Amino acid sequence: MKPQGKKNVTFKFTLYIAGDTVNSWQAVSNLTSICKIHLPDHYEIELVDVLRNPKRALKDRILMTPTLIKFSPTPVGRVIGTLNQALPVLQALGIGISNP
Amino acid sequence: MIGTGTGILGAKFLDRTALGKNRQNMHAKRNGAKSLRPLVAAVRDKAQTGVAGLDEITCGGLPSGRTTLLVGGPGSGKTILALQFLVHGARDSREPGIFVAFEETSKRIADNAEGFGWKLAELRRKKKLFFMDAQPMPDLIQMGNFDLGGMLAALDAQIEEMGARRIVFDALDIVLELMPDMAVKRREVYKLHEWLLARKLTAVITSKASGDENLSIGQDSFGFMQFMVDCAVVLNHNVVKGVSQRNLRVQKYRGTSFDENQSPFVIGKGGMEVGVARTIGRVDAKVTDERVSSGVERLDTMLSGGYYRGACVLITGYPGTAKTTLSGSFAEAACGRGERTMFVSFDSDGSEVIRNLGSVGIRLDRYAKNGALCMISARTISGSAETFLVRIKRLAKEHKARCVVIDPVSTLSQSGNELTAHGVAERLFDWSKCDGITLVCTSLLDEASSESVSGSSLQISKIADTWIHLNYLMQAGERNRGISIIKSRGTSHSNQMRELILSSRGVTLTDAYTAGGEVLMGALRWQRESADRAAKEIGEVAGNLKRVKLAAEEAELEVRVKSLQVELAAKQVEKELLVRTTENVEGELSQDRTRMRQMRGSDAMKEGRQ
Repeated sequence: MKPQGKKNVTFKFTLYIAGDTVNSWQAVSNLTSICKIHLPDHYEIELVDVLRNPKRALKDRILMTPTLIKFSPTPVGRVIGTLNQALPVLQALGIGISNP
Repeated sequence: MIGTGTGILGAKFLDRTALGKNRQNMHAKRNGAKSLRPLVAAVRDKAQTGVAGLDEITCGGLPSGRTTLLVGGPGSGKTILALQFLVHGARDSREPGIFVAFEETSKRIADNAEGFGWKLAELRRKKKLFFMDAQPMPDLIQMGNFDLGGMLAALDAQIEEMGARRIVFDALDIVLELMPDMAVKRREVYKLHEWLLARKLTAVITSKASGDENLSIGQDSFGFMQFMVDCAVVLNHNVVKGVSQRNLRVQKYRGTSFDENQSPFVIGKGGMEVGVARTIGRVDAKVTDERVSSGVERLDTMLSGGYYRGACVLITGYPGTAKTTLSGSFAEAACGRGERTMFVSFDSDGSEVIRNLGSVGIRLDRYAKNGALCMISARTISGSAETFLVRIKRLAKEHKARCVVIDPVSTLSQSGNELTAHGVAERLFDWSKCDGITLVCTSLLDEASSESVSGSSLQISKIADTWIHLNYLMQAGERNRGISIIKSRGTSHSNQMRELILSSRGVTLTDAYTAGGEVLMGALRWQRESADRAAKEIGEVAGNLKRVKLAAEEAELEVRVKSLQVELAAKQVEKELLVRTTENVEGELSQDRTRMRQMRGSDAMKEGRQ
């Protein structure tokens, strides 16, 4: 259950949520658990509440919340929704898994 | 907390005083005319759209602070209408706007709208217009539930920054497609609607719909939106017999009256334009007594002075009855007076018209050269009647035309436009009246249709002010052109048919030969006229002869009188002579006697001598 080859790379995620809603907390907890399991120790999560920081949402073209963006390593990947299934999320973000 | 509370109260108080007057009016109305009309109708303010015609249909514009749904099929003009609404707000109504583009990128929308001359770049620079690119990324992966919170938060920030009052969500269906089921879609749309209402934004949401209008309600997956919003406008784009016909219909508009019919519209140079007939009761055409010449002297006489300025003149006739020539002479006369004139020919090229009219002495080339006359050849233009009208209106405006000739106007009703042409023709007449333009239209009559049935296929003869009919009279192997005035409102006019004669010197009218209940034209008229002339000559000669004879008799009598007078004089002289002779004789006799007496020595003589 370890990512292939990219042990030194730190994954930088930004998760945009809109206020204190069920969707928000589900997304946060799902992302944290995915990262803990699949990317232990080499991930960073930035949490942006678009209600508090709407300019940021405008700048990053966040339409729907929750939105997860992987800014690094490239390519940039986007996933919207509560991230309730780990595998498709990892695939979408280009995170290879050696032993699913 | 206390601070904010008083603030709100203060604002409410201000609000109330400002509205106080309106409310009183409302009360007065309510008490005066009970339940005649719903309360809201009178006071609801409206946001002007800047779309010519749409504001008339909706009695002022879209509902201010409410949401309007714009549905239509692909290419029906939703985006243009929505953008025009925003541009008008930003430019003319001091209402900055935001355009949320779900489908096309803002750059493409701006590029596409460049042709309308809306100066989007300038408005964007001045922060009166903002484009938000909200196209879902094509590589977007969706996992689990989501909502539109991010977009609304971002919009909140933008609205606050620029003080936006109007907002457009273009192609909302795109983002709704991403939602997993109907319930979620519905929830998101309701949330969006609530959000809009809370911010008192005048919003337009566009959404695709199937081409068939009837299907767009209910059966469409987003039909519920039509029930939610305060105003819904349906755009249609049909093709009738190969001709594109666009029309628009306000489906609902809560709390106000509106025109419920389908209205044709076109997307022209300056954006969208909806064709509306003037509403009943608005009399605003300027009426004058001024006459303008028809270009044919006798025709002016027949109309007791010419056409009225601002009148709509209809010239009907079969092919070749000199309709174009008659309208050409009107154009020549107008240019001669120095009035800017536009000649729209659907039949032939502008230069062809000038050449052809030149052959009958109507010289338009000089006016075309000096710019007084604008020749428009519309032979190859195809499109809906509405498009014609818009183009004619624009061209006339550009040329500042005071007189317009449309030859022939019946082109409007060509294939595919049968249903709309009549309305377009009516609006054409209406427009020319409002602008005080004297309009001469020719209309081709179908060879088969009879004059009594319709007059013209557009049925515009009843709205024309003056209707001149040209026809042929077939006699003795000839076709001769006849002209008659069927009607001319407000002027006395001749009821007689005249013969129209075209020659290289121009158009002239001649009295048709009408004596003895016959109407003769052309060679027959000439024959009859020359026969008449001969008969007249003979009569004249006979009269002369008689006169000479009488003069001779008179002279003879005079001579006789003279000779008698001479004779009389002679007799008188003779008579005098006779008297004198008699006296002389008597005198001599007495002298003789005296001498005799002297000679005899009579003593009586002596005494007498002393």
